Amino acid sequence: MPPEATTATENIQWMIDLVYLLGAVLFILGIKGMGHPRTAVRANLMGAAGMALAIAATLLDKGIVNFTWIILGLVLGSIIGTVMAWRVQMTGMPQMVALLNGLGGAASMIVGGTEQISRITAGQTIDIASMVAIAASAIIGGVTLTGSLIAWAKLEEVMSGRSVVFKGQQLVNLLVFMLCMALSAWIVITPSLLVPYWILAVVACVLGILLVLPIGGADMPVAIALLNSYSGLAAAATGFVLNNAMLIVAGSLVGASGIILTQIMCKAMNRSLFNVLFGLMQAAGKGPSADEVYAGKIKSVSADEVAMLFDSARRCVIVPGYGLAVSQAQHAVRDLTNLLESRGCTVDFALHPVAGRMPGHMNVLLAEANIPYEKMIEMDVINPQFDQVDVVIVIGANDVVNPEARNNPTSPIAGMPILDVDKAGTVVVVKRSLSPGFAGIPNPLFAADNTLMYFGDGQQAVMDIVKAIKESS
Amino acid sequence: MDAHLLISNLTIFVLAIFVGFEIITKVPPTLHTPLMSGSNAISGITVLGSIVLAGNGHSTLAAVLGFAAVVLAMINVVGGFVVTHRMLGMFKRK
Repeated sequence: MPPEATTATENIQWMIDLVYLLGAVLFILGIKGMGHPRTAVRANLMGAAGMALAIAATLLDKGIVNFTWIILGLVLGSIIGTVMAWRVQMTGMPQMVALLNGLGGAASMIVGGTEQISRITAGQTIDIASMVAIAASAIIGGVTLTGSLIAWAKLEEVMSGRSVVFKGQQLVNLLVFMLCMALSAWIVITPSLLVPYWILAVVACVLGILLVLPIGGADMPVAIALLNSYSGLAAAATGFVLNNAMLIVAGSLVGASGIILTQIMCKAMNRSLFNVLFGLMQAAGKGPSADEVYAGKIKSVSADEVAMLFDSARRCVIVPGYGLAVSQAQHAVRDLTNLLESRGCTVDFALHPVAGRMPGHMNVLLAEANIPYEKMIEMDVINPQFDQVDVVIVIGANDVVNPEARNNPTSPIAGMPILDVDKAGTVVVVKRSLSPGFAGIPNPLFAADNTLMYFGDGQQAVMDIVKAIKESS
Repeated sequence: MDAHLLISNLTIFVLAIFVGFEIITKVPPTLHTPLMSGSNAISGITVLGSIVLAGNGHSTLAAVLGFAAVVLAMINVVGGFVVTHRMLGMFKRK
């Protein structure tokens, strides 16, 4: 290559690297802007712009000789992605995120092995450090792919959402993991062999299935957050393979994000990450039976009686659980909110971190029903205010408002942070029956002196209450 | 990858994780779902590696696999950003 040509390609490489730096900065600003709903839309666009710039710069790479497959892939992927994003229901967001995670993991897994194929066929040698990174892409990418698919299947109810545990499970997982390590060692010492990588990829896919099977329905938010983290780490590992700083930065940002959300979810459910990952439930202490808790103490009320509560109420707080989303009651709740506000009663929403099926899910569902974000108040902020609240309406939530978590140290949910709704003037619980929540224990809140039970479907109940309030005024 | 390059990659990796922890802990719970879908889109950054592999002409097998990776990563990227945009558009003030 003549000297001028070398300089020209070097200059292009410099330019690409500078654009990557700009892209990385845009990613960081994009995540930082998620700090407030006001700046979040722009932040997301900044992230997308960072990605577009990085892709455009990559197309200038001197190694590219044929654009056909690239353009085809970019167009096809964009179309499928856009259609998926537009069609998904807000209640289906956890499945969507799980699926996208899985695809990202799959891409990382493929890139690791393909880089090896590409370099070996081009007659290059691959050093040990790169081979370690290549093996890491196979493991993390494969686990992310199938783990996410299992999470998707559980959330979409294609398969049972329950924790799948069998005898010797831990041992099997350990053996499969050891097999991954042994295959990795083989890959690292024989970089010129192409087959071991794909064997490792398949074994990693098996490991991904095994790891997510024991995670039960209630723990899914943790699994989703953790897999999100893995998809980032998979991208970072691929960055080490390709010596691409942009991949490393982006991947580690996502890795960190997923880990933080995983911690938040575990804390909110009072579960250790270890117990979540191995499908272990805390052994239930001897608690009172449902009959002991509820007998003779349940006050069931009608819509008219609930409506009367609001004659004098100045402040009302609504506690939405996933049951609200299932019965599509968000819009009815919005009508109730507007009606009460027009009568001079302030209405806020108290949100437990695990109210939905993934971190922040309930907020999205409420936002979809045009409930302003200022009204969505997080647990730590609203808890000290409950003694000044006249009426609390709990819709489709159970364990997250169970005072046993606070009062009974032997309860399976002891120590779990809850919404202190029992401290409010009157609590109306809208529920189909007295059936227990995920924790499987009775809730003394339902039998409390200041609690009224309104039995029925969430949406219908709220609509009836709205009607009763309108008729009474 | 020589030792120098490995160390500089590791440096970037570790520092970026710290930056991530700092900025993400400031995201309010209200926006945790868009944060996840948005960061999810960012993890599709692997598309950069896939692009080069799909087009470098070293082997047909590599090109086909690279193409598959471009498609998968691009679904991740575009799907993630678009769905995040859709969600954030719903968050309104009074």
